Amino acid sequence: MSEDDEIGPLVLAFLALSLVSIGGGIAVLPEMHRVVVEEHGWMDSLAFAKRFALAQAAPGPNIMVVGLIGWHVAGAAGMFAAMLAMCGPTSLLAYAVARLRQRDLPWLRVVERGLVPIAVGLIAASGLLLAKGTVDEAVLALPLAAVCTVFVTLSSRSPLWVLVAGAFYGALLL
Amino acid sequence: MRLGELFFGYAKIGLLGFGGVAAIARHVIVEERKWLTEREYAEVLGLGQVLPGPNVGNAAVMIGRRFHGLAGAVTATAGLYSGPLVILILLAVFYDHFGQEPGVASFMRGVAAAAAGMVIGMAVKMADKLRPPLELIGVGLLSLVAGAWLRLPLPLIVLILAPISIWLSLRRQTA
Repeated sequence: MSEDDEIGPLVLAFLALSLVSIGGGIAVLPEMHRVVVEEHGWMDSLAFAKRFALAQAAPGPNIMVVGLIGWHVAGAAGMFAAMLAMCGPTSLLAYAVARLRQRDLPWLRVVERGLVPIAVGLIAASGLLLAKGTVDEAVLALPLAAVCTVFVTLSSRSPLWVLVAGAFYGALLL
Repeated sequence: MRLGELFFGYAKIGLLGFGGVAAIARHVIVEERKWLTEREYAEVLGLGQVLPGPNVGNAAVMIGRRFHGLAGAVTATAGLYSGPLVILILLAVFYDHFGQEPGVASFMRGVAAAAAGMVIGMAVKMADKLRPPLELIGVGLLSLVAGAWLRLPLPLIVLILAPISIWLSLRRQTA
């Protein structure tokens, strides 16, 4: 099958994924794995994991892994098609909600205030899961993650210092 | 704020967002450029999180629109994604050549562990600055446990906790 024939299924797959990716794009990772590896057979499990690690290490939103998968399936056109399918319609939805916000509706303010603790709790949860992943691989990652947590909590300096320190620590000890 | 500032602010967030952009986005928007207060940012992020799609991407649309309407939403989104997209293309092209290097692995592990600490620290800092009422701290802790220990799917957590949390916030409002 030629690469062009895969663009349609690629767009449909990521369109569907984007609509269930509530709680952030990475929440949908297990489902993405199911669709990409099991349903369409675009790559095997290991190739999927490696692309996820690569997208994590590269700068940018974690959702960029979608672009790497698109590239693997159908080249540059696949990358843009997959990213657009994943981010386009949901951005339009966010825009519509932003318009609603402007009208200063009291019920929307109540909803927003109620959502804040869930957002913060889920951010903390994703951090803990990321930390667990790295500690499972190398125990010495634990003190590093702990010190970085304290630094970012207490200092108003750019959190990037933490990444620089992490890179050195990793190269030397992990 | 001009459109150009919006673009470059978001370009910085995208290009420096190693291990995800959440922590650096908050730093740039709240602490460095002071576009929004901690509370305003938390509210946009909360909304971005329950809407489908990448939450920082949703937040970019909403923040961009707040300052410059449709042009702002497009500019912020373009700023956020364009830099990382270029890097991604380079990575995709060279992936087969350097993806297997063993030396890269330990370096990446260090960055990943640091990024994890960065994300946890960001959550602690937000909770500290927002000073939510006790019952909402409870909801935050519940979502933390549900996500990190019980490993419930995120749509499910939002579906269960959002009505409770919104009800609590409504009660406080009318009280």
